[in-house]
Amino acid sequence: MAANPQKDIEQIFEKQRKFRKVNEIVEKYKYEKTSLIAVLQEVQEEYRYLPEEIMTYIATIMDISPASVYGVATFYSQFSLNPKGKYEVKVCDGTACHVRGSMPVYKAIKNQLGLKGSKFTTNDLQFSVETVRCLGACALAPVVVINDKVYSKVTPEAINIIIDQLLERSGEEKKSA
Amino acid sequence: MSEITAVNIKKEFEKAENYVRETGMRVLICSGTGCVANGAFDIYEKFLKLGADVKFKKEHKKVSSIKTGCHGFCEQGVFVAIPDLEITYVKVKPDDVAEIVEKTIKNGEVIERLLYKNLVTKEKVKNTAKIDFYKTQTKSVLANCGKIDPECIEEYIYSNGYQALDNVLKTLSPEQVSEEVMKSGLRGRGGGGFPAGKKWQFVKAAEGDKKYLICNADEGDPGAFMDCGIMEGDPHRLLEGMIIAAYAVGSDEGYIYVRAEYPLAVKRLKIAIKQATEKGFLGKNIFGSEFSFKIKIKEGAGAFVCGEETALIASIEGERGMPMPKPPFPAQEGLFGKPTLINNVESFANVSMIILNGADQYKKYGTETSTGTKTFALTGEINNTGLIEVPLGTTAREIIFNIGGGIRNNKKFKAAQIGGPSGGCLTEEHLDMSLDYESLRSIGAMVGSGGLVVMNEDTCIVEVARFFLQFTQSESCGKCIPCREGTKQMLHILDKMVSGEAELSDLLLLEELAEVIQLGSLCGLGKTAPNPVLSTLKYFREEYLAHIVGKTCPAGVCEGLKKIKIDKELCKGCSKCVKTCPVGAIEGTIKEPFVIDQEKCIKCGACLTTCPFDAIKEVN
Repeated sequence: MAANPQKDIEQIFEKQRKFRKVNEIVEKYKYEKTSLIAVLQEVQEEYRYLPEEIMTYIATIMDISPASVYGVATFYSQFSLNPKGKYEVKVCDGTACHVRGSMPVYKAIKNQLGLKGSKFTTNDLQFSVETVRCLGACALAPVVVINDKVYSKVTPEAINIIIDQLLERSGEEKKSA
Repeated sequence: MSEITAVNIKKEFEKAENYVRETGMRVLICSGTGCVANGAFDIYEKFLKLGADVKFKKEHKKVSSIKTGCHGFCEQGVFVAIPDLEITYVKVKPDDVAEIVEKTIKNGEVIERLLYKNLVTKEKVKNTAKIDFYKTQTKSVLANCGKIDPECIEEYIYSNGYQALDNVLKTLSPEQVSEEVMKSGLRGRGGGGFPAGKKWQFVKAAEGDKKYLICNADEGDPGAFMDCGIMEGDPHRLLEGMIIAAYAVGSDEGYIYVRAEYPLAVKRLKIAIKQATEKGFLGKNIFGSEFSFKIKIKEGAGAFVCGEETALIASIEGERGMPMPKPPFPAQEGLFGKPTLINNVESFANVSMIILNGADQYKKYGTETSTGTKTFALTGEINNTGLIEVPLGTTAREIIFNIGGGIRNNKKFKAAQIGGPSGGCLTEEHLDMSLDYESLRSIGAMVGSGGLVVMNEDTCIVEVARFFLQFTQSESCGKCIPCREGTKQMLHILDKMVSGEAELSDLLLLEELAEVIQLGSLCGLGKTAPNPVLSTLKYFREEYLAHIVGKTCPAGVCEGLKKIKIDKELCKGCSKCVKTCPVGAIEGTIKEPFVIDQEKCIKCGACLTTCPFDAIKEVN
């Protein structure tokens, strides 16, 4: 590989910038080991997932073994070790939503986005789909949440229209970027 | 160093009274999770904009828009109530605000269109109290929800808030407080049903210089949102209960462990803690007494097992939320190895009422062994979804058919799942049974935290059992083998059943596994995981047999058991379907009815859409 010092430096800066944010978060919690979950939550909010290098870094500065950090990160369903899409689609699969037909909605979304089997994020990182535990809005079942916007009493047909609009918007965003 | 400020609750009450009177005509906008999802905040903003300088004509009163907690009747959200005029509007949209301001707020006119319509009589109902959904409820824990601004401590004080705490600190010893709670018969509302007073006495008696108090707000049952309603609608009631409990057990530090899925509850709790601290109800030398107590919030990260006390403690300590064998009980060795009191949100929320009105008054509701009221989250295939509160011992029929307004779309009631993934199901024959701790346990169900999911004839009971097991299976922490491996095998068998691959021997294996898991699991999650399966097997055995032997799903839900057939009468023998079938399962001669080979068919449904004569149909 041809050396590209400029790019290397950029990468180092990039890393430092990333870690500075992590440092801030860990400092806020005073390096307390009991705050590991809160630290990971804030880090995930920043990066939309938990990159491996950052988990190792957190382990080092908080003086916890990387295995323990990894253990906590994989235990709780809120944490994701894979990047999530720019549009995070969450289909509530609590009992009430399930009884009122959340699974057909979920399948319709996966079909529409061409996500097969255990694939949850589109290749262009624009969309990710997951089922989540009860959101407590059971009266509106079935519920779908896309980036904090709640769609209530969703049907497969309705969600297809919503996703279509988002696909269009994401296409435009990509073009203008 | 720190100045002791003696708080005078009477003065605080007077101040609060003034504050509330100043609000003038109150326009209450429900801002529970359900209504927020329906645009409650937009409606509030609009009211602020349009109603800011508006005065009510008759008395020239000032008008205040107030965001309240959950009204309970989530089905009809967004709720907008104007108590002064005894008007409640339902299903309000942001576009309706201008009209409400012009007609109702300025002139006191009623907008018929926005009134609640009785499902049976089709009559329009103006006043909330006359709506069937509310008529037979007994709101005590939820008394303030929907009536006060949860982000304002004055409103809570004005509804006699913090008076119980004042009483306790000035007139009762810690032992007397526990004694009163004991006498009230209050039992853990998180599901276990352990007498709260006794738990307090254990913690008080435990040796240790430091004691912790934890409020379990990890309401993980899918289809349950009672605690969410309390925290969002009346957070100070929870705090007051916790402070009193802390005094009774001698704790100076408490945690509220909240699900991360409840951002609004977290926000309102944080505000409440800040306000209570500023008033001197929390923190050092509460009410000028020797007693100090502080509360921190810990957000969960999505693990159902953390509802189990020992797992919850591990999670607060920053570890994987895995349960520990008991004993030692948390009362002896809990958080950071210290004696710890853990109660659920609703349990704490009952405390101030018990102290203020006395144990005898409290016992007037409920049955002899299950006293007081209980909140339920009524969901599923029911007309009136929402958050309700009834005395323990109320029948399921009353809840489902009177309060809940019966089954949606005039369908038939089939079963109701009570107690979530750890509970069991109630059938037609149980509708008139009293819902209390003992009788529910006797039929293999439990009060649980209070989720009540109603199912109709179109719900496949085997599929629902599979759903619950899939839930507990994926939430199993993996520590003990019966739960980790056993639930996996049970799920595997249920998967086979819903896809039509099960044999009769699988049913016996399923029951055997269930028993082993119940006996051998370490914590409540595993011990109760087989409950939904066992209880549905008990009452819907034929439906299981239909899946296994008859290879049909009576409710027509299970896709694996669907068959695609060609209607001989309608088929013209055009052979179009033969070309679309990806597995070559359709055979026949041109101009004669074709047949699908069920062995080969993969039920992809491709032929359904291609048939020009609608002759191909899905049947069960």
